[in-house]
Amino acid sequence: MSDNAAPGAAPEKPKKKRLTRRELERRRMLVRSLGAGAVVVGASLVGWYPVRAQVFDRLRPPGAIPEDDFLSACIKCGQCVQVCPVEAIKLGDGDEGYGLGVPYIDARSQACDFSCDATQCVLACPTGALSHEIAKKEEVSIGFARLARPDSCLAMKGLGFEGYVQGEDFTGLLRYEEIDRWTPIPVADHPYDVELCDLCVRECPIEGAISLEPLSDDPDEIRFKPVIHKSCVGCGTCEMMCPTEPASIVIDTELALERQS
Amino acid sequence: MSMKWYLHKLAMMFGAEPRKPTKDEETDAARDLKKLQKSPEEVVKRKEIIQHELDYPIVSRKWMYFRWTSILIINTMFIVSFSWDVQLVEGALTASRFLGFHMADPTAALQVTLAYKDLMLNLLIGTVTVVLVWWFFGGRAFCSWACPYHLLAEWAEAIHLFLAKRGYVKDHPFHRGMRVVLWFIFMGLAFLSGYTVFEYINPVGIVSRALIYGPTLALMWVAFLLSFEVFFSRRFWCRYACPMGLTYGVIGTAAPVQIKYELEKCVHEGECRAVCLVPHVLDITKMGYAQNDVDYIAPDCTRCGLCVDACPQQALSFSIRGFDKVI
Repeated sequence: MSDNAAPGAAPEKPKKKRLTRRELERRRMLVRSLGAGAVVVGASLVGWYPVRAQVFDRLRPPGAIPEDDFLSACIKCGQCVQVCPVEAIKLGDGDEGYGLGVPYIDARSQACDFSCDATQCVLACPTGALSHEIAKKEEVSIGFARLARPDSCLAMKGLGFEGYVQGEDFTGLLRYEEIDRWTPIPVADHPYDVELCDLCVRECPIEGAISLEPLSDDPDEIRFKPVIHKSCVGCGTCEMMCPTEPASIVIDTELALERQS
Repeated sequence: MSMKWYLHKLAMMFGAEPRKPTKDEETDAARDLKKLQKSPEEVVKRKEIIQHELDYPIVSRKWMYFRWTSILIINTMFIVSFSWDVQLVEGALTASRFLGFHMADPTAALQVTLAYKDLMLNLLIGTVTVVLVWWFFGGRAFCSWACPYHLLAEWAEAIHLFLAKRGYVKDHPFHRGMRVVLWFIFMGLAFLSGYTVFEYINPVGIVSRALIYGPTLALMWVAFLLSFEVFFSRRFWCRYACPMGLTYGVIGTAAPVQIKYELEKCVHEGECRAVCLVPHVLDITKMGYAQNDVDYIAPDCTRCGLCVDACPQQALSFSIRGFDKVI
């Protein structure tokens, strides 16, 4: 924009020019505002992509309503995170799109082992995102366990397990009822020595959710298969406690189960 | 009080330009004072006062330090509640329990309700509690007395002003109506998409959660906003964009806690407008712009007290409306 007035310009010209300049400033301001508004809205819509493309496949805390409703109803406050005694619940980051600030469970690093004796997180939720209709651990439906890597499963090979689950530095916690009814302890403080690996069955907090079945009718059969039953709630304790790396047994999320069916 | 003038103050929050009061809006008291201020001896007196202010500047930061303390205490309560497990205020600024009582940010709660299309009782209770609290303290008092982003933005603003003074950066204003448009767009998006779209970019939620639960990648967006404010537009987010600010502004339209302006003490040197986050509300301090001899600042005011600190004549002060006479 040129400020140079022509030499010998008429006396009223500067006045007129000042006015035009103000108008121009205002127009620029409006254009700038439209642009900035568009950028702000555009940035907010970026969050749609990871959700639509299902980039992340997350296990949600106990009582979570169906995934799409869950993302709507969750107010992203983390009160569920605060009450969990084993800190199994984490909050999603910006790369999860509208899952930002939404709680999830990474079962392999820390499963929900119901150390709280069920659903403190549900009681903490200020919205209906974690449904208050759930009161017992048996009513939970986080996901469903699946023997994803039968070839690596120790029981399938008839092998035992001696040592630390996920190594001596593993930070995961688990409540061992026989050691301390009330307080979960580090899994790393509890080494195992079993003739036949049955950790997924042994540590499962839900009665009758998983059992080991022999692979054949042969009475001398030493190979066993972990079979998951209907009562499985998908808490992920089996996935966390599986001694193979990666875990032979995993929890399928709601989305994964939908895709399978 | 003129109803029309009050509506004008309200309209300013939605983007209307500040203006002079019309002849019939102006009170007799204001007219007489303005006339008096134009008399030659008053003009001389005022010039002397302003010169004296320049010669002996008094720098007060009383309210700013009170406010920073308030922001730090509120956010620290959230942090220690989780990290030390003292259960004072559990949750984050979007929703929490204060000693067991539900609290919910009205803007976040509205988005959740629109997105989920169901009214949840706990959320309603929490929202009403928060609305009542901030109605009393003056709506946008949330911004300057509780919001952690506000504090970061104040520091960014200080850098911006430092650079601007030396000519390295220039402030680019935006239209204040943008905030209103964004508010409706984001509420509409929540309803249409079924997601709390705004919460994805809400720096208040992002900063609050990062303070409590640890840093996240989402802080990069906050860093971007802050650098935009440093290098391009002074206080961009709080002034022109934040829907939370607008919601709280509406909540505080009839608040007891107000900044009071006394025309009689004012010498119109404009110190208050220079420091204000929302200078349009202080247009009444311009020569000839006052509507009454005693007036209250428009609802968009965040009650931050920077103007109270800045005013060398004590023409601006905190007051509790209706209780002035009692106290």
